[in-house]
Amino acid sequence: MTTVSAEYVVEKAQQRRKLPPALIAGGAVLGVIVGLAIFAPLVTSYNPTTQDLTNILAGPSAAHWLGTDQLGRDVWSRLVYGARTDLFVAFIAVLSPFVIGTLAGVFAGYFGSALDATVMRLADVVVAFPFYVLVMLLVFLLGPGTGSIIIAITVVSWVSYARIVRGATLVAKNQEYVLATKAEGFSTSRIVLRHIVPNVVSQAIVFATSDIVLDILAIVTLGYLGLGIPPPTPDWGEMMASGQQFLTTHWELSTIPGIAVVLTGLGLSLLGDGLAELLSVER
Amino acid sequence: MSDALLELSDIRVTFRSRRSHIPVRAVDGVSLKVGRGEIVGLVGESGSGKSTLARVVVGLCETVDGEANFDGAPLTVRDRPPELRRRIQMVFQDPYSSLDPRMTVRQQLAEVLRVHRVVPRELVGSTCEDLLTQVHLPGQLLPARPRQMSGGQRQRVAIARALAPRPELLVADEPVSALDVSVQAGIVRLFAELRRKLGLSILFIAHDLAVVRHLCDRVAVMYMGRLLEEGATVDVFENARHPYTQTLLQAIPTLQPADFSVPGTAGTEPPRLSRLPSGCRFRDRCKYAQQLCEESEPALAELSDAGAGHRSACHFSATLPLARPPVEPARS
Repeated sequence: MTTVSAEYVVEKAQQRRKLPPALIAGGAVLGVIVGLAIFAPLVTSYNPTTQDLTNILAGPSAAHWLGTDQLGRDVWSRLVYGARTDLFVAFIAVLSPFVIGTLAGVFAGYFGSALDATVMRLADVVVAFPFYVLVMLLVFLLGPGTGSIIIAITVVSWVSYARIVRGATLVAKNQEYVLATKAEGFSTSRIVLRHIVPNVVSQAIVFATSDIVLDILAIVTLGYLGLGIPPPTPDWGEMMASGQQFLTTHWELSTIPGIAVVLTGLGLSLLGDGLAELLSVER
Repeated sequence: MSDALLELSDIRVTFRSRRSHIPVRAVDGVSLKVGRGEIVGLVGESGSGKSTLARVVVGLCETVDGEANFDGAPLTVRDRPPELRRRIQMVFQDPYSSLDPRMTVRQQLAEVLRVHRVVPRELVGSTCEDLLTQVHLPGQLLPARPRQMSGGQRQRVAIARALAPRPELLVADEPVSALDVSVQAGIVRLFAELRRKLGLSILFIAHDLAVVRHLCDRVAVMYMGRLLEEGATVDVFENARHPYTQTLLQAIPTLQPADFSVPGTAGTEPPRLSRLPSGCRFRDRCKYAQQLCEESEPALAELSDAGAGHRSACHFSATLPLARPPVEPARS
């Protein structure tokens, strides 16, 4: 009888897929930033909140690599500890809408009818407001602080995840491999969790890498506007805001955290592109 | 009453179009039996209701009227118990979408084995390998994902998955239509072999008559939701008594264009399901149509002068000129 030759297929199955260059580049940039943030005490020699009023607005020197700010605090230390604060808050602020939005999207898409209508109308209400207006309003109502920022961002940005995942679920649930599981008599929870979620979640993951850039910008913006993480905790937004008054004499105070934001954003964007390539399923 | 494994009687499936709310009968009173170890072919044009009928049998269609029996017990459509689902399995048309793109062959097979508790836990691994052997695939394919396999290999995996819970009835919905012609023959041979070795009953849906003739014991011809002719494969192919069946047979391409005599009106578009003609639903494409055909819809009736169990739904089955298929069958 026919035995189908399988050497080629087996060879292909064993072959490791090459990592996309964008993923490597993004991973490297982000790896350095995250590494610095994690090992902050090892790469800095000053406490980021300790003031030295005898040595304010000093330029870069061997003791203070990036100089000191208007309160005599070491800029390098504040930058590194600021990465710690901002990246951590951004990570939580992307994880929570990711989880909530993905679940809402899967359930809305899979079960449809009333649940779908409710979730999607709720989403419409949220997107009817401009992103920053709603986030700032919520932070203002809840009072500045890490918790408020995370809640505010979650309330606003779960919508994008829900919409992306709902669309993908609507496509997936009519694919024959899902019909096959239904004909097979699999339980609904097994169909949703084992077959629908793994096939739709990759789109949400890719979106998350670009969404986290927005979240970092939002956190920094809130800090800049004085609605962010309360001082003296170091935060890039607050650093830019307080450096602004010395822009004519000490431009680096605002510019350095700005460059940090740009680099982080760049790293995340590259990582997102790379992930999108890696997670795409060729048919 | 009988040794039939699957017995459908007067099955109706009505869909409502979402916009106009006009009810559309995708399946309109179909009665069909599949015996144990029998392969029944269901043929018809696109939109004739073949796939809907298949979905009724495997329990993917929720609103069904009529009666269905499986192995002497009623075949529930809603809330069908898993044990009953296990005994009826389906092979889908498109092997490119019927396997989960993120799961390996092993994962897909093992999942079915575990869910239905077909074999003890420690035997799942070796059973997966046995299943691949059964569909003539090497065990090395177990770690492969669908995208790494060819269409024929995927369809074999899909068949292996359908076989995993040890079903008694296999519903194959155009299982070779999406495959290269060179691969089709192998899959068709596999179905014949599975019936021989496992005693499987198969409801085989196709629009390729050559495949049906080669594989099936009996054929049922479906048109716009109704069966128009049914009988043993040889009877139907050699002695087609419904104008529509004759049209289908004549539509098989021939190597001698001189024989191009078409009794029916192949080539015209089928009517819309929501706007069927009165009386016989084939009449506006039928060249024998008369007044009577407009007035009453013919029932699927046993023919007195044909093979046993040969039924046709035409007022003029008895007087119709015979139309032989243009090519001699390739007997195996």
